[in-house]
Amino acid sequence: MLKDITLGQFFPGTSLVHRLDPRTKLLCVVLYIAALFTAAGWVSYAVVFALLAVAVGISRIGVKALLRGMKPVVVILVFTGALNLFYTQTGTELVHLGFLHITTGGLERAFFMVTRILMLISGTFLLTYTTSPIALTDGLEHLLGPLKLLKVPVHDLAMMMSIALRFIPTLIEETDKIMSAQKARGADFEGGSLLDKARAMVPLMVPLFVSAFRRADELATAMECRCYHGGEGRTRLKQLRFQAADWAVLALFVALLALIVVLKLRFRV
Amino acid sequence: MSEPIVKLEQVSFSYPAVEGRPHTALKDVTLEVEEGSFVAVLGHNGCGKSTLAKHMNAILLPLGGKVWVAGMDTADESRWLDVHRTVGMVFQNPDNQIVANVVEEDVAFAPENLGVPSPEIRRRVDEALEIVGMSKYARHAPHRLSGGQKQRVAIAGVIAMQPRCIVMDEPTAMLDPVGREEVLKTIRRLNREQHTTVVLITHHMDEAAMADRLVVMDHGEVIADGTPRTVFQKVELLRSVGLTVPDTVELLYELRQAGLDLPLDALSVEECAQAICGCLRSN
Repeated sequence: MLKDITLGQFFPGTSLVHRLDPRTKLLCVVLYIAALFTAAGWVSYAVVFALLAVAVGISRIGVKALLRGMKPVVVILVFTGALNLFYTQTGTELVHLGFLHITTGGLERAFFMVTRILMLISGTFLLTYTTSPIALTDGLEHLLGPLKLLKVPVHDLAMMMSIALRFIPTLIEETDKIMSAQKARGADFEGGSLLDKARAMVPLMVPLFVSAFRRADELATAMECRCYHGGEGRTRLKQLRFQAADWAVLALFVALLALIVVLKLRFRV
Repeated sequence: MSEPIVKLEQVSFSYPAVEGRPHTALKDVTLEVEEGSFVAVLGHNGCGKSTLAKHMNAILLPLGGKVWVAGMDTADESRWLDVHRTVGMVFQNPDNQIVANVVEEDVAFAPENLGVPSPEIRRRVDEALEIVGMSKYARHAPHRLSGGQKQRVAIAGVIAMQPRCIVMDEPTAMLDPVGREEVLKTIRRLNREQHTTVVLITHHMDEAAMADRLVVMDHGEVIADGTPRTVFQKVELLRSVGLTVPDTVELLYELRQAGLDLPLDALSVEECAQAICGCLRSN
């Protein structure tokens, strides 16, 4: 049951998408999302979609893997689709069922909204699927660097994030162990009502929390023993470096956003 | 003789009271650790040996007395970074010492903190992983390794800092026999080949026997200090504080009690056998 948790799942690989600097990928995702929300018509959507399709193709991440990630948002998709379908009353009427009117305008709008959400999720998944959590945190720390001037503790936040990621498997293992121990003494995690299930979690959560605090304390001491004293004067084993490909890809995405904006303002497509 | 790397002068320490009286962990401990030596600190649970270890790199500060690390007073807050850098520390649970998601990134943690330039970090990481025999696993995720491998990664993480002394607080306590053997071999190599000063805190007799010097603690006090050979001869003393002696010494001791004229200083099985043969022959 606990093995299903796929937080920031990462598929290692050697494709161009994998090899790009994490900062490039983060910036590209931001530009991509901006383009997606600016897109106003069929042409714009087609352009954005084409770019996404090419990126997915290069990354060699299967379409199946991308779609598997969509499962949790199916409800939102259906809901959004239905709302837009029934509440947009423009264009010619196609179907009239009692109080429900389906119009061409509604159909178009619902299609765009659902496509937008699907493409939004695919784009961000592509980022986390092709970038290791460490690289992602590293990239974020660099990109948010300027916020340090506003006294935002960027380094500390990045460090917390990477330690949290490091401890997920450890804590999952620990939870499994405690669960087995409790089951061996007759605890029942499966049966009963929702309330019973919640109640059964108490003897699981308490020891887990106690041990997490103990771990945190020990880790802090160990980090201090290894001369950790904040981000000041810290160097890295692997320095992030922009390659030619990074600049090219970044330029491509800037061009994409510009194109979409022009399409919207000049041609409304 | 050169200045000792760690020097404790009449150190005493007690933990704040949780219920009732405060718990005294160290009483007037005076100890010097020579550079390049391999010292084992032996004692039962709660004898103060972990507290002693934590005094050696300023995790804990003495309530009475002084601790000097390479001539620096550990009470001087401005020198803590230098103290941490001089005396590295390995703890019991490898899971709670590993910071990063990839082995080599974790080993790089200490030199990164010290602001070492990238190419030099790369060199130190490769070297440290080589010393502990984990080069093959440089790109692996730590949580997929065995306990012994994880502990060796933790040791590599300290080696990469290039400390002059490494204090290990029961590094084998949570490991299976195979993992324990791996770690002990690494520690021996570290002292013999890299000439790093090692302080090994343990409650295993056989681990203590591999050191050059053995310090026995009980109730916060040092009760014996010398080479393992001389310390293990004090069979009654060790027994009185609930420690056992190696099997060989135990056998010789019992035979002596039975009236045979035997020496007590045989640690290896071979030495023990020779001593007994010699004795039988002279009879």
